[in-house]
Amino acid sequence: MAERRSRYARDPLGLRRALSDRLLPGLVAAMALLAALALAGTHGAAALKERWQQGAAAAVTVQIPPEQAGRMDQALILLREMPEVASAEAVSPDRMRELLRPWLGEVPALPLPSVLELRLVNPAIDPEPIARRLSEAVPGAEVESHGIWVARLAALARSVQGVALAVLVLVVGVAVAVVAVATRAGLAARRQAIEILHDLGATQDYIAGRFARRIGLLAASGALAGAALAVPTLAALSGVAAPLAGGMIQPWSSLPWLDLVLLPPVAGAIGWATAQVSVRRWLRRLP
Amino acid sequence: MVRFTAVGLRYPSPDGGMGPEALADLTFTLPEGSFTWLLGASGAGKSSLLRLLHLALLPTRGELEVLGERVRRERRAALPALRRRIGVVFQDFRLLPYLSAFDNVALPLRLAGRSEASLRPDVTEMLRWVGLQGKELALPEQLSGGEQQRIAIARAVVTRPALLVADEPTGNLDSHQARRLLALLTQMNRLGTTVVVATHSEDLVAQFAAPALVLDQGRVVQYG
Repeated sequence: MAERRSRYARDPLGLRRALSDRLLPGLVAAMALLAALALAGTHGAAALKERWQQGAAAAVTVQIPPEQAGRMDQALILLREMPEVASAEAVSPDRMRELLRPWLGEVPALPLPSVLELRLVNPAIDPEPIARRLSEAVPGAEVESHGIWVARLAALARSVQGVALAVLVLVVGVAVAVVAVATRAGLAARRQAIEILHDLGATQDYIAGRFARRIGLLAASGALAGAALAVPTLAALSGVAAPLAGGMIQPWSSLPWLDLVLLPPVAGAIGWATAQVSVRRWLRRLP
Repeated sequence: MVRFTAVGLRYPSPDGGMGPEALADLTFTLPEGSFTWLLGASGAGKSSLLRLLHLALLPTRGELEVLGERVRRERRAALPALRRRIGVVFQDFRLLPYLSAFDNVALPLRLAGRSEASLRPDVTEMLRWVGLQGKELALPEQLSGGEQQRIAIARAVVTRPALLVADEPTGNLDSHQARRLLALLTQMNRLGTTVVVATHSEDLVAQFAAPALVLDQGRVVQYG
């Protein structure tokens, strides 16, 4: 009984009963999960864009026709002397067969072109002058840049980032609305108690602070559950996305841990601030 | 000291405007340390006047001064501190149903920032005085109407207020408890508290000679 008395003494507005510890945390958990997915989408798209731009954009392929195969070394020397070229390497016949096997199968008799792989010092360099100088020395040599594909992929990644950020803003907006509705429900349930405390000399700070602490705590606990739920979900998604990043993604280490850790305090702060504003606005009707 | 100068009060009407004046042209002064009976028929405006006295309402016109402080709508932030110097016994008790008798009585002390250790003797003494020792942990629903009223009285006086306002405080008390309450009110008055008691009970008024403020249709028709 003494424990019950001290518990109620800490909660003179009876908010533990008026503000359910299931509904609001449940809704906030769902929104925290969506926010975690949106944040992971933003980071993932940014990382892929970075990787594509750093990798594929800088890579240029040079194809030398079979009849000019004997001039491979001349082409390599010429390319390595060009200041725009960071590196130039011949792709071995074994690797060529490996790369073509998914498309052509085992075709040992097929004559394969000689291929050189270049890396430019800057992805923004136009490969056209390189191609012109090379074809003058090695007729029939062709330079193929992947820039246009990279540009399209980068635009796609930017779109994914934009959508993810829009989802994040929407989630925050819905969270504010949900907290405001929950606060109003609590105010309606405890209207008489608030009026009694007000008449006994409670300040707006006291009443709004009680609501804000309770709702902030509920929102933070909901977000904690949502973030915990997001961890295995994001790990599974990372595993699915790994091939797109050349198998470089490690499911656990690639998770946005900082964002996940920050979700509960940010949700708590949103709940606290929304409750403060809602309660103070409601209290204006009292003298 | 309490001073009303041409005070009027209107309640909001359902259409969003203001209704007719429930109280009109109230001008009187209650000296510091005075005891005043507030009398009048039902609907005369006694409860409205008491609500002005304990600052649950603010006047819509005129000037109101409570405990030496001029009450202004634009200085609302100063009102809670003033309210904490006023004890109120509500007609309908207005106890918090989920708090024990002890916590209901302790509420004004906690709002005033008193520590748990220091408020316990005062609350226990108040509960003993109103005859509810041993019922500290009882919830209001577990108490009779008279016991609930005694809790409300204990809550009103536990802070030793400078102004004590009571609305029909003996409505649910037997004659013995009513005499004890009157003794408490007069004792507090002797210690310097300004006391205003609204009542229909002629027996109660007859037990203690004090000035009476008589209301009729929202106006003071007699004071003295």
